[in-house]
Amino acid sequence: MITVNAMGQQCPIPVVMAKEAINKMKGDGVVKVLVDNEIAVQNLEKMAKQKGYEAKGEKIKDGEFAVTLTIGEVSAEIVNNEEISCQPDTIDKSYIAVINTDTMGTGDEKLGKQLLKGFIFALSKQDILPASIIFYNRGAFMTTEGSESIEDLKNLEAMGVEILTCGTCMDYYGIKDKLQVGTSTNMYVIVEKQVNANRIVRP
Amino acid sequence: MDKKLFCQSGGCSAKLGAGLLRHVLEKLPAFDDKNLLVGYDGSDDGAVYKLTDDIAIVQTLDFFPPMVEDPYIFGQIAAANALSDVYAMGGEVKTALNIVCFPENQDLNILGTIMQGGSDKVREAGGVLAGGHSIADKDIKYGLSVTGIIHPDKILANNTPQDGDVLVLTKPLGVGIVTTANRVKQASEEAVQKAISSMTTLNKYAMEKLKKYRIHACTDVTGFGLSGHLLEMTGDKYQAEIHASKLPVIKEAIDYADEFLTTGGGQKNRNYAGDKILFNDVPFALEEIIFDPQTSGGILAAVHHDDAEAVSREFPIIGVIRERKDSEIKIIVNR
Repeated sequence: MITVNAMGQQCPIPVVMAKEAINKMKGDGVVKVLVDNEIAVQNLEKMAKQKGYEAKGEKIKDGEFAVTLTIGEVSAEIVNNEEISCQPDTIDKSYIAVINTDTMGTGDEKLGKQLLKGFIFALSKQDILPASIIFYNRGAFMTTEGSESIEDLKNLEAMGVEILTCGTCMDYYGIKDKLQVGTSTNMYVIVEKQVNANRIVRP
Repeated sequence: MDKKLFCQSGGCSAKLGAGLLRHVLEKLPAFDDKNLLVGYDGSDDGAVYKLTDDIAIVQTLDFFPPMVEDPYIFGQIAAANALSDVYAMGGEVKTALNIVCFPENQDLNILGTIMQGGSDKVREAGGVLAGGHSIADKDIKYGLSVTGIIHPDKILANNTPQDGDVLVLTKPLGVGIVTTANRVKQASEEAVQKAISSMTTLNKYAMEKLKKYRIHACTDVTGFGLSGHLLEMTGDKYQAEIHASKLPVIKEAIDYADEFLTTGGGQKNRNYAGDKILFNDVPFALEEIIFDPQTSGGILAAVHHDDAEAVSREFPIIGVIRERKDSEIKIIVNR
């Protein structure tokens, strides 16, 4: 795989750099392009669609995106199967978030808690907000008394985001009467929301 | 004259996205003054304020970073672009003020050459350069604040077309793509010359010709691309049907679009238009041309259909305006 660093480059330079890398490959292969804005991601995806490459764009963090372009036989099949999801103009940007823990990542617990608080805050600042956020297992501690994210979650709720917490989990941890934001939910809803989601974001 | 400007993403492709801007502007309270005939709530090209029953002032300003390397040409383009809004409202240019951002440590002769280009265009427009303001900044930006006059009854709004109007466009599309291709050294000298000659041409001349006909709505095509300006024109009531094959286009821009030498601005325009635009079997490159941000672009006018034949002898008719019925689609582009 060739990695092209197009961070800090304005359109069309990321596309030009990607094309050069693809040409240099002289055949099938994978080119990963790093860019710093979503418009560049869309322009790369647009190019991929026209050329029949498979393109997968992902946000690594704020101001850092990677677009993986797969060139060759493999890509043709995938493009045919997933034609709709590869059209940049019809991308369904909707998503839900699932939080199943009260720390983010594995490692130091204090850091993990801090990170999760930051994650929820950053989520509330996205241009496109999740349709719902589902909390289960220790995630239930985020929506109940003692959580430092209540205010951010209330903001999200005020902006139309559905906040759902697993009732069984709150029961188990003995915090059922401590719910501060959103409503209690059950496993049927938790499964249905995830089945129907276009994308699921997890901390 | 061999001084070169550093070009990043210049011209009108440096504009903020239309969606983004609307979001901010909607939150500001509107001013209530019966003499303000055109404010920013209609997203029109310039503001118009009535002074007497016979006279109103048209005010506009526009400035941006360089999109060409030659400072004199950049000055001309920036000025032609700023002056254009007065013409698009149907007005006559009177005075202009320079707007300058320039790095302190850079050769001031470059600035002088840019301003010479601007000054020459103001003179050509029949206006007077009356002053200006400059700021030390890390990047070069230049433009004008322009004041013109107009009869209050003869304002050409951008969003008042009528059912059956024909749409004309007075300059070729694709200058954004050509200057972008040039920035990555992939544009031919010929294509660049075509783009420059288009961008430095004052819309004064097109308006002198167009004013012979019954113009119902009029705007100049700039950063929001043909798509964005058509969306403003059609508003809530109308739909534009465009014949892609009739669009005037710098033909090299089609090749460059097929090579994906398009701007971020173009993609923003595509996102903004979203599903309000429908393409029927239109080649990819022409879609890109329709979204391409134009710098100092041509006049887009909706003209009474009885004048169609006469106006078609001077400018290409690119489509028609219809009343919109039960459809969210505001622009239909046929091959």
